[in-house]
Amino acid sequence: MSELRELYQNTILDHNKQPRNFRVPAGTTCHADGHNPLCGDRVTVHVAVDGGALRDIGFQGSGCAISTASASLMTEAVKGKSIEDALRLFDAFHALLTTGGEASEAIGKLAVFGGVREFPMRVKCATLAWHTLRTALGGKHETVKTE
Amino acid sequence: MSAAARSAAPALDVARIRAEFPVFDRLSRGKRLAYLDTGASAQKPRAVIDAIAEFSGHSYANIHRGVYELSALATQRYEAARERVRRFLGAAEAREIVFVRNTTEAINLVAASWGRANVGAGDEVLITEMEHHANIVPWQMLCEERGAELRVAPITDAGELDLSAFGRALSERTKLVAVTHVSNVLGTRNPVRLLTQLAHGHGAVVLVDGAQAAPRMPVDVRELGCDFYAFSGHKTYGPSGASALYGRAKLLDAMPPYQTGGGMIASVTFEKTSFAEIPDRFEAGTPAIAEAVGLGAALDYLDTVGLAAIERHEAELLVYGTELLRAIPEVRLIGAARDKIGVLSFVVKGVHAHDLGTILDQEGIAIRAGHHCAQPLHARFGVVASARASLGLYNDREDLDRLAAAVRRAIAMFA
Repeated sequence: MSELRELYQNTILDHNKQPRNFRVPAGTTCHADGHNPLCGDRVTVHVAVDGGALRDIGFQGSGCAISTASASLMTEAVKGKSIEDALRLFDAFHALLTTGGEASEAIGKLAVFGGVREFPMRVKCATLAWHTLRTALGGKHETVKTE
Repeated sequence: MSAAARSAAPALDVARIRAEFPVFDRLSRGKRLAYLDTGASAQKPRAVIDAIAEFSGHSYANIHRGVYELSALATQRYEAARERVRRFLGAAEAREIVFVRNTTEAINLVAASWGRANVGAGDEVLITEMEHHANIVPWQMLCEERGAELRVAPITDAGELDLSAFGRALSERTKLVAVTHVSNVLGTRNPVRLLTQLAHGHGAVVLVDGAQAAPRMPVDVRELGCDFYAFSGHKTYGPSGASALYGRAKLLDAMPPYQTGGGMIASVTFEKTSFAEIPDRFEAGTPAIAEAVGLGAALDYLDTVGLAAIERHEAELLVYGTELLRAIPEVRLIGAARDKIGVLSFVVKGVHAHDLGTILDQEGIAIRAGHHCAQPLHARFGVVASARASLGLYNDREDLDRLAAAVRRAIAMFA
């Protein structure tokens, strides 16, 4: 059960039950849809970019606890950051989930996803919103698929 | 099978059966494995594993090609497996059995070969709302290509086929009816014999997807009256890679090849090729020889256990599991057909199926989570994903007790 508690930490359970920024922000400049065909998770990420920074961000959709909490925590983590910093954070987050690198300080609260590493089948759940964000920022209005 | 015949079948000795499956020698996440995903693929008994090893080690060569002893022996074993499948399905002749990789390939074969030759503009193909993607997409592609129409017979809220709507959907335009014998999500057992009679009354050909039915109950294609019947060897306790399509000889005989190349020809010149007789015509290239032999061993194994006994065993477990899950207020079962077999799909309020799958896995319980290759069916019930526990002959009440207990723990965790 300990690995399971490590995966479903209280922060994740909390953000699953009460997702933050679950909305379409005013002045949205770009958005993208993400889809995980394997489990049916769907997420749409909306961003209001202003002067090269993510002035506001929100998401909508439905999915498992890992994907919902990840989207919620992502919006908190990247809000106000420059596009460059947001994408750099994705790289650090991805490394945390896959290569097992120590959580850098920059990653902050996102460190709660460190437990996902022990569940390779769930990595795609945790990264769906991030892949979708990257697509939105790239200006391509296509559906991202993780499988 | 009648209720009387079912109740006459002996009870299964599950402890002995589990001892015949090496997978149960290992623990899963440190616990006794509760394998509740036989609907996706079945575990293999030692008899099957040994048969493949013995054949591969002592009797293997390519078939229908060599003039030497080993090739003759391998050919004989391969053809004996075909005869074994014939007997399993109650077909009239072994040449009515075509070896394929899986049920998906069997359906694609019929769609590509029979379909292209017989379905044209303005014709219709009738399927049902409860089909697996494998019994939807090949027909969709065929209809698109031929300018035909794909029609879908609806199901009721209980997950039963709406028989009157099915009847109304049939017409002289219906060229083919493709229907599942047992739904892989709802567990609904369709009245295939009746559906076949209705379809034949309009001159339509009937294909039955038997992937979920074949491992769970006795099947007799002549009693059902259908024209094609497909099942998966790997769901029937055999290896992956060898499955079978039954086709009425008269239909197969008139069908053009599916794939072309070696093994399926009568003669080849650069100007013209004539094709082999059935079933070789549909088995281009070297087939899964050892796997076909393994499938034969699996069917022998099922014979020794007895399909009627398996059917009764799974029916009892289904009732038991249904009661356990119904007692949990957050659980909504999907599929409440009066004739239901082998499969328990459900959603849990507040717990996504994928999270549930991970939590159950930590307790050594293997279930399927997702849309189970039946997205239109899930849409029909207003859910994106569900959890599915599917039964096999090695399951017992303990597996279901642990399932229900773990579901309760997951609910508490996400509360």
